Amino acid sequence: MSDLAKSESAVDRLLRAHRIRPAEWLPWIAAIGIYFLFDGYLALGSQILIMVLFALSLDLVVGYAGIVTLGHAAFFGIGAYTAGILAKFGGWTEPITGLIVAGAVAGVLGLVSGFIVLRTTGLTLLMLTMATGAMLFELANKAGAITGGADGLQGIVIDPVLGMFRFDLWGRTTYLYSLAVVFVGWYFARSLVHSPFGRSLVGVRENAVRMHAIGAPVFIRMLIVYAISAAVAGVAGALLTQTTQFAALKVLSFEQSGEILVMLILGGVGRLYGAFIGVPAYMIAQDTMAKTDPYNWFFGIGLMLVLVVLFVRGGLLGIVDTLIARLRRKP
Amino acid sequence: MNALISIVFDGVAYAMILYVISVGLSVTLGLMGFANLAHGAFAMVGGYALTTLMNKWGMPFLAALPVIFCLVGAIGIVLERLIYRRLYGAGELDQVVLTIGLVFMSIALMSFIYGPQPQPVRLPDWLRGQIGILGRDFPAYRVFVIGAGAVFILGLWLGLERTRFGARVRASVDNRRMAEAIGIDVDRLFTMTFALGSGLAGVGGALGADLLAPQPTFAIQHLVYFLIVVAVGGLGSLRGAFVAALLLGIIDNGGKYLFPQFGAFFIYVAMMALLLWRPAGLFGRQA
Repeated sequence: MSDLAKSESAVDRLLRAHRIRPAEWLPWIAAIGIYFLFDGYLALGSQILIMVLFALSLDLVVGYAGIVTLGHAAFFGIGAYTAGILAKFGGWTEPITGLIVAGAVAGVLGLVSGFIVLRTTGLTLLMLTMATGAMLFELANKAGAITGGADGLQGIVIDPVLGMFRFDLWGRTTYLYSLAVVFVGWYFARSLVHSPFGRSLVGVRENAVRMHAIGAPVFIRMLIVYAISAAVAGVAGALLTQTTQFAALKVLSFEQSGEILVMLILGGVGRLYGAFIGVPAYMIAQDTMAKTDPYNWFFGIGLMLVLVVLFVRGGLLGIVDTLIARLRRKP
Repeated sequence: MNALISIVFDGVAYAMILYVISVGLSVTLGLMGFANLAHGAFAMVGGYALTTLMNKWGMPFLAALPVIFCLVGAIGIVLERLIYRRLYGAGELDQVVLTIGLVFMSIALMSFIYGPQPQPVRLPDWLRGQIGILGRDFPAYRVFVIGAGAVFILGLWLGLERTRFGARVRASVDNRRMAEAIGIDVDRLFTMTFALGSGLAGVGGALGADLLAPQPTFAIQHLVYFLIVVAVGGLGSLRGAFVAALLLGIIDNGGKYLFPQFGAFFIYVAMMALLLWRPAGLFGRQA
């Protein structure tokens, strides 16, 4: 009887997982609070929001499907350049459809590159993801006539959001627009990971052989989530271009891929909220420390990564988990 | 014809350096399945050590190479004992994050010691001129690099195919549990292989210091190339790594020479096509 009750509660938990718990509103309350309380920091705030979306997309691939990639900036970057090129040369200056098109282009790239990359595993897969990023970087660097090469794509003009909200000098529209897009992205990602599809991804991550054995189409599932994640990353990139009216070559670089992975790891992988913790922590620290001494910053980040892996698996959220578990044990 | 010869010649010289640097990575991957993205940092340390030994201490080039091998190998042993071994059998993500962390630290450390600029290497006079071979002049440095690379390849081949140590390594790569079962101390073997691999990377970095100048971001900049050598060759395969390094060196050199506007584009396309055809690499065992 007790066994049955326990198994029921496990099923119940799974069934209830898609409902939003009160704590999950916290990041959004904080984000809105920042808008009213710290309006001198809205530019940094918008950057953080955009990177949160990017990290969220990476979490789908790394955290849920267990595909370790060092080339996710390829999708972020192609989204950024698509939005910029559309606005500058195509005259497509409407922001929201711009995001959608950029996301679609990145998604198609994810599908095509995933078809090659996901056939391999381990180090080969790592290398291929890096190579995908490096190829696009080369392409954007050499095709200076369209992309502006190393100088970046400048002179992008974007229409007001919904035809009403102009991108103002203080970054208010930018912040709220980013917040809205990130919220939609989060809601989508959340629904995805709690869907049967999302659960099957976790199955692939935990034991791909067994998923094969029960007849799940492992390759197709991985390909789909890779493409979806690419599309979300593309939207994040497009958002960056639209809000800064600029696309720098850096968005396609290996550094960008590495950085976003670092932020996600610091927050915690495979739980959606790692992005919300790791990205602000990393970017605020970088904003204050890296300006004075970039190399000390590198050393600090490197040391932090080594310590996280050796001692606190699960990043900052992992530490919180351990603390809560310890508090509960001692009544 | 002249252009072809110099493309192939330069490509082979480049390939030798890539091979000497990457071969250790291939063996450690085959042995322990450890994705060590910090492997390039060993090569970087080797390059920097060469500049210090030669410029500051006035050590001759040839004498510096064995010193660097021992030095970087020793660093490898320390890191393996202290850090790497904790993550054998851990998830790939943990290994990637750990080694990226090490790369970041190496970047900071090297720029703290040597500054952010690439360090110039002053080659000895006998490596600076040209050497006439079959009525053509070749840069002496590259001839030396190719010769030294050939010596390393021969040495590695003899060491792995003709010695007891080599037989143990091959047995452990093929089937680790079986090797342990018949009494091979795989753990110790791995430490020694790791030291050998990092020492070789150090020598490769020193040997190639004039082609790939030592600079703080070295380990990241050339990482893709090291990984290509390992992945295209097939994990744990010495022959594969050599063939892959040759292909990479020559195609990359040729592509950049003949079609500079495409940059490194060629090599990525060629490599992707190859891996689509053989996902486990040229000489890797198909999964």
